[in-house]
Formats: sequence, C-alpha cells, structure tokens
Amino acid sequence: MEKTKINITDEVAIHISDMNKWFGNFHVLRDINLEVRRGERIVVCGPSGSGKSTLIRCINRLEEHQKGSIIVDGTELTTDLKNIDKIRSEVGMVFQHFNLFPHLTTLENCTLAPMWVRETPEKEATEIAMEMLEKVKIPEQAHKYPGQLSGGQQQRVAIARSLCMKPRIMLFDEVTSALDPEMIKEVLDTMIQLAEEGMTMICVTHEMGFARQVADRVIFMDDGQIVEQNEPEEFFKNPKSDRTKLFLSQILGH
Amino acid sequence: MTKIAFVRKKEIPPSPPPITEVGLIGWLRQNLFSSWLNSILTVLSVYFIVIMLWDFIPWAYGGHWNTKSLRECLDLDPDVACFSVLAARWKQLLFGLYPAEEYWRPTLTFIFLLLAIVPILFPKFFRFFWFSIIYPGLAVWLLWGGSVWSISIVYIGLTLGVLFFLTLIRRYLKNYMIAAILAFLFTAVFFLFISNWLVGLLNAILPINLPFVESLKMGGFTLSLIVGVTGIVASFPIGILLALGRQSNLPVIKMICVGFIEFIRGVPLITLLFVASVLLNYFLPPGTNFDIVLRVVIMVTLFSAAYMAEVIRGGLAGLPLGQHEASASLGLTYWQSQRLIIMPQALKISIPGIVNTFIGLFKDTTLVSIISLRDPVGLASTIRADQKWNGIYWELYVAIGLMFFIFCWGMSQYSQYLERKLKTDK
Repeated sequence: MEKTKINITDEVAIHISDMNKWFGNFHVLRDINLEVRRGERIVVCGPSGSGKSTLIRCINRLEEHQKGSIIVDGTELTTDLKNIDKIRSEVGMVFQHFNLFPHLTTLENCTLAPMWVRETPEKEATEIAMEMLEKVKIPEQAHKYPGQLSGGQQQRVAIARSLCMKPRIMLFDEVTSALDPEMIKEVLDTMIQLAEEGMTMICVTHEMGFARQVADRVIFMDDGQIVEQNEPEEFFKNPKSDRTKLFLSQILGH
Repeated sequence: MTKIAFVRKKEIPPSPPPITEVGLIGWLRQNLFSSWLNSILTVLSVYFIVIMLWDFIPWAYGGHWNTKSLRECLDLDPDVACFSVLAARWKQLLFGLYPAEEYWRPTLTFIFLLLAIVPILFPKFFRFFWFSIIYPGLAVWLLWGGSVWSISIVYIGLTLGVLFFLTLIRRYLKNYMIAAILAFLFTAVFFLFISNWLVGLLNAILPINLPFVESLKMGGFTLSLIVGVTGIVASFPIGILLALGRQSNLPVIKMICVGFIEFIRGVPLITLLFVASVLLNYFLPPGTNFDIVLRVVIMVTLFSAAYMAEVIRGGLAGLPLGQHEASASLGLTYWQSQRLIIMPQALKISIPGIVNTFIGLFKDTTLVSIISLRDPVGLASTIRADQKWNGIYWELYVAIGLMFFIFCWGMSQYSQYLERKLKTDK
C-alpha cells in the first residue's frame, strides 16, 4: 500500500526542546528535542525502560518534566492547571491496558468527556459517539459494559472514546501489547485508518509492520535519549547506530 | 513410537451433566456431605440447632401477654416467656417520654422516613428526590414542633443563596470562587438580619404550629433512629471528603484530615459522648443552650465519618492508577473525575465496608444510655427498675435485639442487592 504524505503540513503541533525528566535520582529522559508537524505520524520504539512511554506521557502531562519546554498546539505546559486541562482535551491518549471506565457502558464511556468537558448536549454527544463507534466497527456493543467485551473490542472503544473529543493529536502507548495475537490486527487496522485520515499521531509500539506501513518517521530511543530517527524505509534498511542495529536484530531476528 | 498427527473425525455434541451432580441430591452432596468431615459437621450443626429450638419455641410460643406484673407471670407458669412487659411498655420503648397525645408525630416521621429513603435507594424513583430533600426539615419540625416557618426559613435562605450564586455565574461572573464567597455573604446577611423578621411576618400571616417537645423527652427507638439516621446521612459525605483530603497533594489539607481521622479513631465513642454531654458546656459561652441530642448526633457523626473515610480510602486504593490517568487524559478536572469516575467505583468497591460502618453506627446509638438519654437499652433499665417488672431481662432484650436486627438486616440485604445490581462485568 502506498503511503499518503500529502497530509503533513508546516504547522508545528508539538515542540519539545531540551526536555529532561527524573524519577527521583533516575534520569529517565535526557535532552529530548523533538518537533512534530500537524499530520505527521511518528512511531517511537526502543527497549523497555528506554523512556519512550514516559516521553509521550509528558506530552499530556501525565508525567511532569523538570527541565526544558514542551509546547503543544502553541500552549506551553506549565503548572497552570487550566493550560493542562486545555491541552489534555485536545490530545487524545490510548493506553496499553485500555483503562475504560468499567462502571459505564461503552456509549457512556464515549459521551462522558464531550458532555462534561466540552459541554456538548447529550443528544449530540451520543450522535458523535455512535459515529466514532461505527468508525471502530463496534456500534452494536454500545450498550454493553467494558467487562463484557474482548480485549480488542475494549481497545477499539478506548480509541473511539478519545476520538469523541475530536482531538488534534493522538498518543498511543503500546496499545497492542496486552492483546492476544488474534486481536492485534483489528486494533492496528483502526489505527491505520486513522493515520490515513491525516491524524497527527505518536505511537509507542513494537509493531514494526505498522511502522513500515504508516509512519512518516521512526524514532529509536535508548537510555532516555533519542538515539536515531529516520524515515521508516531507511531506518529499517540502513540503521546508522550500533545500538539501533542490535535492537532491530533482536526484534526482527526470529 | 506413537503417531503425533491427529485430526478430529467427528464432533462431540454437548450432553447434560450426570444426575448426581444436579438437583436436590446434587446440592446436598456438594454442600452438606462433600466429605466425611463435612458430613459430621452437618449432623452436629443440625443437632445443636434442634436442641436450641427445642427449648426456645415452647418458651416463646407459650409466653404470657396479658399479666400485670412479672410476679403474676411466674405464678402462672415460670417456664415460659413473660411478654406482658412489652404489652405494657411498648409505647415507651418506641417513643420514650414523648407526650402520649403526640405519638402520631414520631409515627408520621417514621413513615415519611421510609418514603424519603426510597428515591435514594432505588434510582427508579429518583423523580421523588425532592421529598428526600424536604424530609430533614419536615422531620425536625414534626419531632420537635414549634412554628413551621422557623424550619422553612432555613430552606428559603439556602434556596435564595443557591439562586443568587447561579444568577451570578450565569449573568455576571465567570469566577466560581468569588461567586461562592458573595453567595455565602448574601446567605449570611439573610440569616443574620432578615430571617427573624420574615419568620415573625409569616407567623403573623399564617401561623402553623405544633406543640414544642424538648429533646430530653425523646427516647426509645425514636431516639435511636434520630441519632442513627442523621449520623448515617451526615457521616457519608464527610467521610468522602476526609478520604479525598487524606489523599490530597496539599500538605495542610492532608495533615488536617489525617490528624482528625487518627484522633477520632483513637478515642472510644463513650469518651466522645461524655465530652458531648458534660465537657462541651464548659467550652461554650454561659447561657447557651446547645441541644443535647444535637450534640450527640454531632459526636456520633464525626466518629463514624472517621471510620467511613478509612473504608472509602480502601476503595480508592483498590482502583487502578489507569482510571485516574484515563480521566485526566480526557481533560476532566479533578472534581469531575472524582465525581464521575473515581468515586462511583471506589464507593462500589467499599459497599460492604460502608454498610458495615452504618450498621455499627446504628447499634452504637445504644451507648447514649451511658449519658442518661433514654434509648431502648436505657429504657430497659428504667423498666426493670419498676417493681412490677423487677428481674425481667430476656423478654425485653430479645425484643430490643429483634428491633435492631430488623433494621441492620435490612441494611445488609440492601447492600447485597446493590452489589448485585452494580455488577457490570458479566
């Protein structure tokens, strides 16, 4: 399948400069510099503990950075709660363990944030939610509770829940890692569809097939640093750093 | 060497389980006679139940109801119960020293109580929730009496305050904090300067009065319910706030909450009740008449709020961190996410503990007999001091126990119903 690149614009969606973060004394992110353009699709990979999840969690302030700056959609992340809530409502996030709200039905999961954060009327929120559930291909599960769905279905609901806020940027944090092999494909298909529609995406994932197919840029991280980034073709064919070569040989080797 | 390759040749259809596994026989085998040890325990338990009932049933069933004193009972038949004490004193057990011609008031209050809790317990009837809001004022007026306006004025004042706040927010102000402060000042001014005058006016126009009944006349189950129900209703929200406060990132709030919880939990309830009945008067300005029942209710509320906070904190700790992260990532504010995501789940997890605390609180109301309030247990002593009934205990305490059991069992049943209803994973 041919990739569509026309979506990438000059507009800067996320600007991270000289960002550092520590967990106690542990220096988990070191001098991160990253610029993401609107419409760009980025895959972040790296060994576990390399800081890739922490990096994207800093973008919507689930983690606080201690040095440097992060600017999302022109708003800088500071301790100002209003800014944080604003950015969070513009940036969708999907988690490894879905984190659906188990006490609400699928539909209520999707309508909750638009109704309370955006103050969308219930009828309209329901329409948007059904539209998004159709997009992820499970409108028939709208009145079930998350506990009654399979892992793949739950993850798709989680994607729909984020989309209901009409986010301008989507963050995916290892969204297929907790799924059975049979279900990974249905979630990846949803993400591919999103990518083709021109959503700005940052995906932390080990699905290299997905990276090859949709990413505009692959970033490899190790020890809290960005080691290498490139277009996927080049990245997989001609990795420059030894560390990247080792990593790729380990995950593609068998 | 055996062959590894295998292909299913024919499909095996599902069939019913063997007959010994289902029905009554299956149930008995699984639950009562699953092993030798279990069979022996079953037989022993049945034996003990039988010998207990063997004595209890004739004692209770043949009991006297119409004698004038314990002496008379014993003369008739000393081996059976003397329930005459209940027949003679049941009004006192229910209403304490409440004036006899006003018994309809606590009775009506109780009936209204049952109606008022229905919208809270069953969401189906939530449209009647207005009655649950009116009920506290109605109950206070019915029980203590006085002018209906001096109670209504509280509602009027609070409603005006809320309306004032909403108007400010909708029309003039964006800042909730300032609007809240202004609304608070407005309400304070209303209660300090306008309310007395307005009550007087309303009384002059339309006097609706009930004879005043003082707190020391309250007793029996009426008192248990006043203290118990108010304590339960008030301690729940306070417990939630304390639990949230204890988890707060703000050190001052956290310290206050931890200090409060640890202090109250570390002190016996009886001590707090003594403080309420005796010591508090030393601290208050002379001449203030701070109602004894109100003082007791406050102490009982604070006491169970501390326990409630810990129970709810357990529920909060049981929630995966992902729930906080997911609601934050959607842009919900702290209070929104607490109200919509965190609390509903934390409370659901804590239902058994919450109901446990409620039941404990309700039974602890009997401790007020220590500070010579006349709850059923206190009344039992009074009744036994009467020479006609001197020496009776079983009948009285069995009856009191039964009354408490009915209420507590009801709460426990409701909590189980709620747990089944809120189960969303299957």
